[in-house]
Amino acid sequence: MDRGVTATPYWESLFKGYEPARQWLAKLAPDVAIIVYNDHASAFSLQIIPTFLIGVADRFPIADEGFGPRPVPVVQGHPALAWHLAESLILDEFDMTIANEMPVDHGLTVPLSITCGQPQQWPFPVIPLCVNVVQYPPPTGARCFKLGQAIARAVASFEQDLRVVIYGTGGMSHQLQGERAGLINREFDTAFLDGMTQDPLALTRITHTEYMREAGSEGVEMVMWHIMRGALNADAAEIYRHYHVPASNTAAGLMILENRRIS
Amino acid sequence: MTEARDYETIPGTYVYDARRGRQGYALNMFCMSLNVAENRRKFKENEAAYLEQFALTEEQRRTVLKRDWLGMLKVGGNIYYTIKIAFCDGLTFQDVASMMSGVSKEQYAKMMLAGGRSAEGNRYKDETGSGNTRG
Repeated sequence: MDRGVTATPYWESLFKGYEPARQWLAKLAPDVAIIVYNDHASAFSLQIIPTFLIGVADRFPIADEGFGPRPVPVVQGHPALAWHLAESLILDEFDMTIANEMPVDHGLTVPLSITCGQPQQWPFPVIPLCVNVVQYPPPTGARCFKLGQAIARAVASFEQDLRVVIYGTGGMSHQLQGERAGLINREFDTAFLDGMTQDPLALTRITHTEYMREAGSEGVEMVMWHIMRGALNADAAEIYRHYHVPASNTAAGLMILENRRIS
Repeated sequence: MTEARDYETIPGTYVYDARRGRQGYALNMFCMSLNVAENRRKFKENEAAYLEQFALTEEQRRTVLKRDWLGMLKVGGNIYYTIKIAFCDGLTFQDVASMMSGVSKEQYAKMMLAGGRSAEGNRYKDETGSGNTRG
């Protein structure tokens, strides 16, 4: 999208499927978005590897990932809710790393671009919640799910009544490395998407090895979806789904889930 | 509690675990330095001299200078990092993925368009008769 290629035939069917999600989000007009994503050696190197990190800054500049910063707007933060989340989560026994300054990369901005298009300014402030998936092992799916539940409790206890969306990103099946690069597993991805509503707890028991074997070594990024899922109610309903192969080297999946009763 | 390293049975896959983390730190930190435009310029100007700043092994140096993408993984490279060298060269992920998997760029692109590499026959090393070995 940043390169203006969405109307070319290769990309058209992928991006067409994002339209309904954009309309849904625009209509919802959230006050803030929590975006669960992974940094790709942009803000963090191997020097310090936070497993779970929350960004509490006013603004997050766009990272240079090795070819200059992407031409997308700077991301505005939501320090009041972000600090509340940081405090609540830590006291709730999730030992978050807190970032007062950090750039954000495509892991965060591509999901924004997909769901908001190419505005001059992003339509809502964002709280980056960054998960390590670059150094093995990432946190387990079950741990991610519990963090999501703690996020829901923290949002509910915030002094202001805000409309909050949470993005789970990463995956779906893909492998970017080794002789096995290019692995895609539509069956696995479809079962994963189905499980998001049918039995999300069962999905949290998928081991890292199973992700890597079935969905490719970088498919393990899917653990981040469980944070989003844990933050929603047990009976959250699927509103929309779009699945497409290939987006370059990966399978792309998007799903909208909504709590039945907004609590 | 450490999870069993049963991922080592996956073919053609180099999981960046603790062992590779120890082996590849300097190599990946060199790659990280390429996030800075000025460093990219210096690297392109004189690659061998630029690499002197980092404590790479001879084999790591060789894989970088020869752009041996698969070799880099075998000596501790992490794909999230080594891809930065490719970006510096103006290559795409698909270019590098095709070279790592030993097919032409066209063949690789065709495979992806047809739905990607199937998991069938690619889950275990003993299914493929090939795959990586540690070391």
